[in-house]
Amino acid sequence: MSAQTEVELAELGPSRAGAPRAGLATRLRRLRWGLAACAVLLLVVASAIFAPQISPHDPLSVNIRHRLAPPAWMEGGAARHLLGTDQVGRDLLSRIIYGGRVSLVVGAGAVLIAATIGVLLGLGAGYFGGRTDWTIMTLINVMLTFPFVLLALAVIAVLGPSLPNMILVLGVAGWPIYARVIRAETMAIREREFVLAGRALGMSHARIVFRQIAPNLVSVIVVIATLQVAQVIIFEPPTPAWGNMLGEGRVYMLNSWWIATFPGLAIFLTTLVINLMGNALRDWLDPHLKL
Amino acid sequence: MRPYLARQLVQLVVVVFGISLLAFGILHVLGDPVLLLLPQNAGIQEFERYRHLLGLDRPLYVQYWKFVSGAVRGDFGKSWYADTPAFKLVLERMPPTIYLTLAGLLVALLISLPLGILAALKRHSWIDTLCTGLAVAGQATPLFWLGIMLIIVFAVRLKLLPASGYGTWQNFLLPAFCLGATLAPITMRLVRSGVIEVMNMEFIKTARAKGLAEPAVVVKHAFRNACIPVITVLGLQFGQLLGGAIITETVFAWPGVATLTVESIRNQDFPVVQCAVILLALLIVGVNLIVDLIVGLIDPRIRART
Repeated sequence: MSAQTEVELAELGPSRAGAPRAGLATRLRRLRWGLAACAVLLLVVASAIFAPQISPHDPLSVNIRHRLAPPAWMEGGAARHLLGTDQVGRDLLSRIIYGGRVSLVVGAGAVLIAATIGVLLGLGAGYFGGRTDWTIMTLINVMLTFPFVLLALAVIAVLGPSLPNMILVLGVAGWPIYARVIRAETMAIREREFVLAGRALGMSHARIVFRQIAPNLVSVIVVIATLQVAQVIIFEPPTPAWGNMLGEGRVYMLNSWWIATFPGLAIFLTTLVINLMGNALRDWLDPHLKL
Repeated sequence: MRPYLARQLVQLVVVVFGISLLAFGILHVLGDPVLLLLPQNAGIQEFERYRHLLGLDRPLYVQYWKFVSGAVRGDFGKSWYADTPAFKLVLERMPPTIYLTLAGLLVALLISLPLGILAALKRHSWIDTLCTGLAVAGQATPLFWLGIMLIIVFAVRLKLLPASGYGTWQNFLLPAFCLGATLAPITMRLVRSGVIEVMNMEFIKTARAKGLAEPAVVVKHAFRNACIPVITVLGLQFGQLLGGAIITETVFAWPGVATLTVESIRNQDFPVVQCAVILLALLIVGVNLIVDLIVGLIDPRIRART
């Protein structure tokens, strides 16, 4: 059976989009928020990619003479540090632009790991059911119950806040959501005619799961992954800032408001546009998906 | 109901076992605490002596068995820093965490219930748009950052509320709002979609047809039914809420389990960390079980099904 047939067979099942298809123009207009968000996100990604070209200073260069300089428009601010400097005189704007790189890489990396683990386990649990399902569900329950903020802290505290460590921790902590949703979807798809047909034709389990069921789940996976990137980005920054907050950094952060405010705003903006884009994607691909 | 409960209990035991394995495993993978406990210039014999003293030289399964068999009896060993049982240390710090979590839950409900119902009843109006916009913005706000912003505005600038501390009601306001505000968006959206779904159902038409006043229709018929998904998700979110409480505690220097655990992680005080993780997990598991029971009580259909 060719891949084409499989896709057509897949489309024979009860269509997810119940309403008659509206015209392209109408559908696009409904997505205007998502498209606007997408444009902003492209800007954010571009600024992260071209960080060396656009950032006004080296984000790591320390300059004690200009430490704790307020933003340019405030009294005592200088035009050369648009958003001010931190407690060792590093330029805040440059740090935010470079920080975007870290956030996006960590977000994408963690989601890649989480999605891979989650989708495989979800497919397994949903397709095989029974004892496999029970084991995987228990594993999911353990993961959902384990206080992962503490795990992240422990790993960062002991191994240091390096990029691979962050990606690994957040990736390993994030898979249960995929597994749960994919499991439920797989259970529903498993009962459809085209899967039955595949089985009757003597397809192997692997072929049914990966060639027949998984293609139907692509839109679900894309939607969750998009929303999860935002989740990861929103969760990730505390970890380096954390130690700062516990130690002497607290005083600086609270008295020189710009040090904490602008990076937070940048994260807020990024998370917001990714969420909006995720919602638009869901409406576009799979309006009945409940997330 | 009974076989259902039995199944839940079996699952609960297995989950707690899994968590004990995770907590034990992660800490032992992370590194050798003796390196941190002793001064750097200590001799090899000193290290060996301490490893032996703390039981770290024995095989892992022996250590794990000792940990579990003690934990079952509430004995998590003595803290390696303070000379007190870890269990006692953690238990002492538990009430502030629980109060903070409950206060956060209360704030979340106070925000999300009225707004969610209002948005659902006035669907597609400017109120609905405003509420949904607020929810979207709220979901994009990092908890850690929100806490710092609240402190800067209300404590440092306006000097209205204390930035940290514990004991008076003023101390509760900022942390509880911070925690509640992060749970409110998802709850609001659920209340909204729940009420919208219910308002289209037949029994609402019946209630209206028999001449019931609109407020009674909303409160008695719609709201009750919309509660079920909300309670279920709130239960599932309890773990998240506790995770949020951990971050909130750090920001506001709240003397709860989280600050204790963070300190203990930095000191590699294994017994205290293990004890805190297990007790927090037990709390989450317990709450989820209670939520299941409550949902069963509210919704006769679920009781019948099992």
